[in-house]
Amino acid sequence: MALVSIRSVNKVYDGNVHAVKDVSLEVRDKEFMVFVGPSGCGKTTTLRMVAGLESITSGDILIGDTVVNNLPPMDRDIAMVFQNYALYPHMSVFHNMAFGLKMRKFEKPEIDKRVRNAAAILGIETLLDRKPRQLSGGQRQRVALGRAIVRHPQVFLFDEPLSNLDAKLRVQMRVELKKLHERLGTTAIYVTHDQVEAMTLGDRVVVMKDGIVQQVGEPLELYNTPANKFVAGFIGSPAMNFADVTLAESDGKLWAEAQGLRIGIPGEIARRANGRNGAHATLGIRPEDIHLAGPTDPTDLCFDAEVEVIEQLGSEIVLDTRVGNSAFVASVDPTLRLKVHDRLKLAMNPARLHLFDAGSEAAI
Amino acid sequence: MIEGAAWRKWVFYNIPLILFVFVLLFPFYWMIITTFRPDGELYRPWNAANYQPFWTNNPTLDHILYLFEETSFGRWMLNTMFIAAVSTVISLFCGVLAGYALARLNFPFAGGLGTVIFVTYLVPQTLLFIPLAEIIRNFRLGDTPWSLILTYPTFLIPFCTWLMMGYFKAIPKELEECARIDGASRWKAMIYIILPVAVPGILSAGIFAFTLSWNEFIYALVFLSSPDQKTVPVGVTSELIRGDVFFWGPLMAGALLGSIPVAIVYSFFVEHYVSGLTGSVKG
Repeated sequence: MALVSIRSVNKVYDGNVHAVKDVSLEVRDKEFMVFVGPSGCGKTTTLRMVAGLESITSGDILIGDTVVNNLPPMDRDIAMVFQNYALYPHMSVFHNMAFGLKMRKFEKPEIDKRVRNAAAILGIETLLDRKPRQLSGGQRQRVALGRAIVRHPQVFLFDEPLSNLDAKLRVQMRVELKKLHERLGTTAIYVTHDQVEAMTLGDRVVVMKDGIVQQVGEPLELYNTPANKFVAGFIGSPAMNFADVTLAESDGKLWAEAQGLRIGIPGEIARRANGRNGAHATLGIRPEDIHLAGPTDPTDLCFDAEVEVIEQLGSEIVLDTRVGNSAFVASVDPTLRLKVHDRLKLAMNPARLHLFDAGSEAAI
Repeated sequence: MIEGAAWRKWVFYNIPLILFVFVLLFPFYWMIITTFRPDGELYRPWNAANYQPFWTNNPTLDHILYLFEETSFGRWMLNTMFIAAVSTVISLFCGVLAGYALARLNFPFAGGLGTVIFVTYLVPQTLLFIPLAEIIRNFRLGDTPWSLILTYPTFLIPFCTWLMMGYFKAIPKELEECARIDGASRWKAMIYIILPVAVPGILSAGIFAFTLSWNEFIYALVFLSSPDQKTVPVGVTSELIRGDVFFWGPLMAGALLGSIPVAIVYSFFVEHYVSGLTGSVKG
């Protein structure tokens, strides 16, 4: 068990591609840390640098108290699960799982005990004599996990381990991974581009973009108080609505104005946005924070919208609406009977409004 | 598959296939029939009354016996086998290591080096034998098996390297990375993981190398002179064609027996061989 410290780490490929920029992170002991971001954001490169598969251009990586910058992967006491599982095709499941122990010169009975133990945890005892090509995707995934856990490493590294599975199996394995982590309590770093995986699995989540860490925090923290427009748009599904607005002060109140939209900014945000009268900004509101306006909703939070697409999901209805020249997605009560081109009055939840600077895109 | 009327299947599938198979197999048939045909039939003029070129009623082993009793054919077979086997082993060893290095170790100019190695394979042997003959003479290796064992790798190593490089590139690099995280050094990862996975590729390269050296003619003709040192292709053609006299029976018997080991090697490894060429590595 150990913490992993990443201190001002940079990665530059071939002298010009700056893949990871000055990343600093602390992964706490026994924590499940998820790196999430779009492809090419540097999350996998960071993970591979922790694994020792990629050299570090500058900075330090520590596992426990040891600086591991120049240690080969075998001496870092880590285990990694790859996206394509990387099972050794010529070895049986048993030998796949035993390989790491054999390389570390464990005694035969100990190897046997550990492999069978891990197989029991993962429910693959009956597959031990099979070759990887005789296994289904989910079974291969379990073997890859088994190979990681038999060694009792200090840190688990997962590189998009679920992305080759079909949707149903992915949800199932996600739950199992979570259980496995709770059972073993090993520090884990998990890379994914899927924000749902990040939200459900992570104790904390690191959002990356273009090699830069955008925000580090617990899943709900990212969801409720995104640090910038990118994080706000990346976390949550359907994604947050954004509208380009101009801030204007009148009647002692701050208003966000766009064509067909005039929203009164509630007190807390308005205070932070003080002095931005006339400035451009981006207004953000999540689909689930928009509802059909009722008599109790204050008029300065309401706006008119025209329904363009109706997606009935059973538990909710997702509406694509047009408001002036912006598009808003709203998630509303599934019992409503609506038609395309209906004109609705919608209201925003004032506590859940977000405002972002138009230039830096940082949250105001 | 070809769909539609039956005649389409005949015109576009069956007839071309039959022609193709005929063209490929007829020389073998001719070789076999000539091997077992007595001299009296072989040299019968085409307009004789009982001329029948495609069949014999009096098969004989005379030509094969002649090969073993009157020439050093057994010796040639052993020479060829020894030379082909040793040069194949040398070339495979170098080719596998070089192919691995070019495919996996990111050293400067790896790509360019790979191309240069391939280009050396393209230098025609009919030119290369001239400088090589000089070298062989300087090292006093002429007329020994080593003259061929050391020169065959000049074309076998580039060939094996190129083939193995392609094969290693097709193996997911995560396999090796996983092995290295599992506690294997680069060498161990190569020996325990990469090489076993690459066995089909290694077998393909080996079979090709073996066949190329088994059939090689020019170097063997130039570097070997005494009858006892010769390889099958050179021995058969130089000892059984005297001036303008062709000993067709023993010639064909020699060709037939000479192609048997290659045929055995092929059929023995054919499964691996085919999957090696198609480069199928399943994760």
